[in-house]
Amino acid sequence: MTDTTTVDAEQLRGLVRELLDAHDPAKTDRLEFLQARFDAGLAWVHFPVGLGGLGAPRSLQSVVEKEFAAAGAPDNNPRRIGIGLGMAAPTVLAFGTQEQRERFLRPLWTGEEVWCQLFSEPGAGSDLAALGTRAVRDGDDWIVTGQKVWTSVAHIARFAILVTRTDPDVPKHQGMTYFICDMEAPGVEVRPLRQITGEAEFNEVFLTDVRIPDSRRLGKVGEGWKVAQTTLMNERVAIGGNEIPREGALLGKVTETWRARPELRTPELQDRLLKLWVEAESLRLASGRLRQQMAVGAPGPEGSVLKLAFSELNQALSGLEIELMGEEGLRYDDWTNRRPEKVDFAGREAGYRYLRAKGNSIEGGTSEVLRNIIAERVLGLPSEPRVDKDVAWKDLPR
Amino acid sequence: MTTTPDLLYSEVEEDLRSSVRALFAANAEASAVLARTESSEPYDLKLWRTLAADLGAAGLAVPEELGGHGASVREVALVLEELGRSVAPVPFLGSVVLATSALLGADTANTVVAELLPRLAAGELIGALAVPLTTQPGVAFPEAVKVNTEGTLSGRVGSVVDASAAELLVVPAVGPDGPGLYAVESAAAGVSVSPVVSLDLTRRIADVTLENAPARLVADAEHAPAALQHALTTGAGLLASEQLGIADWSLTETVRYLKERYQFGRQVGSFQALKHRLANLYVEVVNARAAARYAADALATGSEDAPIAVAVAKSRNSAIAVHVTEEAVQLHGGIGMTWEHPAHLYLKRAKSDELALGTPGKHRATLATLIDLQG
Repeated sequence: MTDTTTVDAEQLRGLVRELLDAHDPAKTDRLEFLQARFDAGLAWVHFPVGLGGLGAPRSLQSVVEKEFAAAGAPDNNPRRIGIGLGMAAPTVLAFGTQEQRERFLRPLWTGEEVWCQLFSEPGAGSDLAALGTRAVRDGDDWIVTGQKVWTSVAHIARFAILVTRTDPDVPKHQGMTYFICDMEAPGVEVRPLRQITGEAEFNEVFLTDVRIPDSRRLGKVGEGWKVAQTTLMNERVAIGGNEIPREGALLGKVTETWRARPELRTPELQDRLLKLWVEAESLRLASGRLRQQMAVGAPGPEGSVLKLAFSELNQALSGLEIELMGEEGLRYDDWTNRRPEKVDFAGREAGYRYLRAKGNSIEGGTSEVLRNIIAERVLGLPSEPRVDKDVAWKDLPR
Repeated sequence: MTTTPDLLYSEVEEDLRSSVRALFAANAEASAVLARTESSEPYDLKLWRTLAADLGAAGLAVPEELGGHGASVREVALVLEELGRSVAPVPFLGSVVLATSALLGADTANTVVAELLPRLAAGELIGALAVPLTTQPGVAFPEAVKVNTEGTLSGRVGSVVDASAAELLVVPAVGPDGPGLYAVESAAAGVSVSPVVSLDLTRRIADVTLENAPARLVADAEHAPAALQHALTTGAGLLASEQLGIADWSLTETVRYLKERYQFGRQVGSFQALKHRLANLYVEVVNARAAARYAADALATGSEDAPIAVAVAKSRNSAIAVHVTEEAVQLHGGIGMTWEHPAHLYLKRAKSDELALGTPGKHRATLATLIDLQG
């Protein structure tokens, strides 16, 4: 089997047509269709042959997506399985054995098996490398005990990517090991984590003497941090990649209300709205500029600033929206402890947007950590003091 | 037809940038620029000739058949970026941006326009547009200057940018036939150009007084309002690129200094409070670059979206340039408050540019109409 092929856009369209001829989407079971698409190498074309891809350039994926969408073919509901697609899959591909890749990638891509991410802990947030979930070797298995937090979709996940501490006697970055965790294994307990919005979009995951076979390890013992870096880098690629229309997302909600409800307008709110409109537009252009840079193979350092800027903008806009609503701003749509499978900014009211946007500057790297990253990696300023660098993990103050 | 705007810099543009940057690095270093501000020759006309004529920067946006290089305002914007980075004292805004755009917005078949444009494009002639620098796109046609019955002009226009360096004044005036744009030689009888003490030390303003000054019509009532608007819109949109250059230089220089300066036994740039402020400024510069490139591209392609692009870029980048230069002074500490350090030249340019061709508030008011967000 070869890992790469030379395939161009026209050949890809031909392969899509062949697949559609053999499996008419209108008459084929959804899962069966997705499995056939995977087997034809048309799932993620930049993956190797035999693992859902054709070793083609990543940029050709959009060709395939367009053809399937035009034919009305079912998709794999990518937003529901975002962690699997964006984080677990690239990590399994980069560090997994051939056996692991063949076992996990197909049902991950089709959505038969949902994945979640067991990284953050109550004592390891921004300082992820301080994590303390212990994994102890026991014959051919590892026995894992600890607590993870902020885990989306844990309640529907079949597998998790998990980082553990296997050697507490060495400095924190050195003693970690990365596993694939079976979420149905005995000792895995998922509890909803209710947020300030009232709903429980995330979970806490308690691991008590969970047995993980050594064959589910990704990468070498003690190299968990290196493997986790691959996961996190792929997460950052996924953020800020989509094209946004003018007045998209939260801004659209505010301008819609502004135009429809003249009685709510005041000069002060208008001035703030126009300022935010201008900021949103320049940020939209900056994100478009970054995509153009990536398309010509020259990604700029702009990537690290987009998330920071978008979270601040979302918070300012959603705060303004509540003020604009006047008396209605005092009300809230629903405090019920719901269990959504994905974030729904547009489907809820202003109060929800205001509260949920508060998480934007915390999740996926806090704004404070992002400012450190920009200052150090982009501007080249001195690093923060690393007082824990040469200290064994077990001796860190906590 | 709208195409996807090109927000990057082409290779040709990068080459142009290198040439202009090298020219300013060799001829407009900070100490020389500072010394010139208190000399009898506030403009560096030797540097201007090299930039305008030898490098061809004066004719970038002028079509070849009118003696220019037939590039576009994208390239003019690039020169302005570098001008913002160096605050070199050359009459580029008045001549290449405002006066030249006004004539390009007029009927170029007019014999006076056809005579003047090639000279402006070649850098042989320095022009200025006789409106107060604070004039924003969209204002009513100015009535400060009247056309007399014999065809001469009389009136007074304050705060005209680069007028003291200009040989040609492009003057909006109103007469019995309505509004018109007129060419006036600044050396002619009846023309008085009085330099004023400017907040911006490296780009001067002057008050222009005309008393029966001889004038030639370059745009009649049919063309003059559009020509003036073209100049003001182009000027406001391109000034956003200069503001980007000001912010970019100020941030780069501040980062450099904070790595070099030690207090409390540490590099000052290692304090997180300062690192985070610098990171915020970097975010602003990234935004400013995108807004400036989009405005330049929209103006160059004649996009229908140009008025929005200009209002966004001018309002956003005005505030960013002022903020970054203010932070540069503060983060430099004592040295930033001295006359000797060039930070103040950029602060003064940024604050003047904020007022120039429409304040952020005025551009947002324009935007409110354009995007249907009225009060």
